[in-house]
Amino acid sequence: MAIDLAQFHQTFFDESLEGLDAMESGLLNLDVGAADVDAINTIFRAAHSIKGGSATFGFNDIAKFTHVMETLLDETRSGKRNVTQQAVDILLESVDCLREMFAAIHHKADVNAARVALLQGKLDALLGSTGVSGQAANDGTQAAAQNAGWKIAFRPLSHLLCNGNDPVRLFRELQSLGGVDAVADMDNLPSFEELQPENCYLAWDITLTGMANEAEVADVFAWVEGDCELTITPLEAATVEKSSMPLPIVSAAPASETIDNNTQFERRVATTDRRTGAATDNASIRVSIDKVDTLVNMVGELVITQSMLKQLGEDFDMGRIHKLRDGLLQLERNTHELQESVMRIRMLPMSFVFNRFPRMVHDLSQKLGKKVEIKMLGEQTELDKTVMEKIGDPLVHLIRNSLDHGIEMPEMRRAVGKPETGTLKLNAYHKGGNIIIEISDDGAGINKQKVLKRAIERGLVKVGETLSDEKIYELIFMPGFSTAEVVSDVSGRGVGMDVVQRNIKALGGAVEINAKEGIGTIISIRLPLTLAILDGMSIAVANDIFIIPMTFIVESLQPEKRDIKTVADKGRVVQVRGEYLPLIALYQLFGIASQVIEPDKGILVLLEAEGKKVALLVDALVGQYQVVLKSLESNYRKTEGIDQATIMGDGRVALILDITSLVRMSKR
Amino acid sequence: MASILAVDDSTSMRQMVSFTLKGAGYEVVEAVDGQDALNIAKTKKVNLVITDVNMPNMDGISLIKALRALPDYKFTPMLMLTTESGETKKAEGKAAGATGWLVKPFNPDQLLLTIKKVLG
Repeated sequence: MAIDLAQFHQTFFDESLEGLDAMESGLLNLDVGAADVDAINTIFRAAHSIKGGSATFGFNDIAKFTHVMETLLDETRSGKRNVTQQAVDILLESVDCLREMFAAIHHKADVNAARVALLQGKLDALLGSTGVSGQAANDGTQAAAQNAGWKIAFRPLSHLLCNGNDPVRLFRELQSLGGVDAVADMDNLPSFEELQPENCYLAWDITLTGMANEAEVADVFAWVEGDCELTITPLEAATVEKSSMPLPIVSAAPASETIDNNTQFERRVATTDRRTGAATDNASIRVSIDKVDTLVNMVGELVITQSMLKQLGEDFDMGRIHKLRDGLLQLERNTHELQESVMRIRMLPMSFVFNRFPRMVHDLSQKLGKKVEIKMLGEQTELDKTVMEKIGDPLVHLIRNSLDHGIEMPEMRRAVGKPETGTLKLNAYHKGGNIIIEISDDGAGINKQKVLKRAIERGLVKVGETLSDEKIYELIFMPGFSTAEVVSDVSGRGVGMDVVQRNIKALGGAVEINAKEGIGTIISIRLPLTLAILDGMSIAVANDIFIIPMTFIVESLQPEKRDIKTVADKGRVVQVRGEYLPLIALYQLFGIASQVIEPDKGILVLLEAEGKKVALLVDALVGQYQVVLKSLESNYRKTEGIDQATIMGDGRVALILDITSLVRMSKR
Repeated sequence: MASILAVDDSTSMRQMVSFTLKGAGYEVVEAVDGQDALNIAKTKKVNLVITDVNMPNMDGISLIKALRALPDYKFTPMLMLTTESGETKKAEGKAAGATGWLVKPFNPDQLLLTIKKVLG
């Protein structure tokens, strides 16, 4: 029977990468010296599974490599070996190496054999058993007798049956080796009254004829060893011949590459980047069964509604119009629920991105000579896969910044009365239709004077200009801004923050900094839950319909004439509860001939973008909808003031306003 | 046809075992760890159990021990999947009541051969 094992490879890769993640986080949490047995067991199990799977699916290099890791972990968990920092570091390196090996196999590329061999050498050295680890190939020759057959005395102990073994099976197996002649010995059979039905009282003398060798015969009885008395003697004088037993072996040919001792394998900080690279080009997604079940359920309901409507339509009269309405309502509900469930399929838990950070923080803090503890909250918060993939890099950057510029050196922290170990906290939670990701540290915060000074040097701010805290923090997002006195290879040359902000904006999100000097920094990122649909308010200007993303809307109101003022060279403003807001008329901005020119005849939608509030004059509010986004840029071209488009229920295209750029347009 | 309970925390291994056995006409029930398997076995009597040893929650050896204690599983063949280095595991498994073992790595043919051997 030929079964193509390749069909299981993807599953094996996926679970192995998960296993490696588990190993990594387990290793990072391991307390050197006093390790928790459960933790080591988890790490061991991951290595063990990868070893078993890779051997089964024919990835011998990986099997061989993990075997050494497994041996090391096994000795650790059985208490023969203490957990040392050195061992943890080498195991972490090995995890990286395995990831690379999986990536290489996945891309059908060559494995970096030198690196594998080098690490294997390190592991071997640690084990103190160089060379043995590859599990000596079992090419031992086995003596086998070439003869006419065997005489087997098989005397089961009474409990043989209780392990689920059955003498009949053994005979059947022997039959596959040659002719079997068994004589039962019933001497031990007790009287019927004394007979215990669960015990085995019989013994057999078996004559096996044929060409089977001794190992083959012994193999038949392998499972009952210890449960019986067994003697196997040749029927006739035997001639000894060497034959090799095809034992399954884990090891492959030993890597014979000479190791270049000068090859330094600097563990790059970007480890995780390599990993995501491997993960993203594999455009598949793992969905939990219950999500799929919900979906199937929903579709079932949709089919019921559809058939109900069909029946209704077949002989319809006006008397049944209320039934039609009910049916359409139900259809709406079904569609809505179905849409929600489908969207949920794209959702992944935040841990998908967060998981790589403990390692990164561990490596980075070592490199910087700082002590940092990472705390993560809300890892189960779900976020759209696309958003998730795109938020990874900005987060990496922000965390590096926190470690590099935020958290102080241990001596420094001690001097200001803080614990030596700094804390970096990642938190993700839902708020409104958004997800908020917070990166906070208890470091030095942001030195406003330093920021201001740098901004003046760069000509970003005029000397003598007074700025609010908020404005000062915003300067950090300006292109080319960096306050680090020494440009380090950790957070780079300050090309980052503007890119971070741009990336987050491209996702429809926003980033905000809050800092207290000497206490710490909090960076919050606000992201939409998904990029595919949007909660929008549709508004009308003359005969055109536009959509405003709900996230920008503060409120809507009908102004009194007296609240509208005209300010010289600033246009019109509207007074709302004592606050004056610039008034933007959409009909003017887009050049639409509208009947509603006076603000008190229309509706003002108050919007908040980039920390500024504006009032947008429209003719009327039409309704609130969830709209499916269609890119305007790829179907038409980039247009100022317009973000994307959607198709309305009646088939017309409605444009979605880009509030941020509208505000900018209105200033000109 | 005989029913088999396949227990492994590794999805790929479980799929491989399950796919192979189903292809040969056996009815296969899958369990992700010992605890899961024990729960399943209590509600459905199977003809053979094939289990991985190293698993979270309940390992294969504890599973075999627990199953053997059930009247329904007193004589049911139970095989463990173990690595070569697992000599002590084999002994432990036998002491717990395992019928036999299959050494990892194995290919689908070896698996079928062993199962056929046991179930006839």
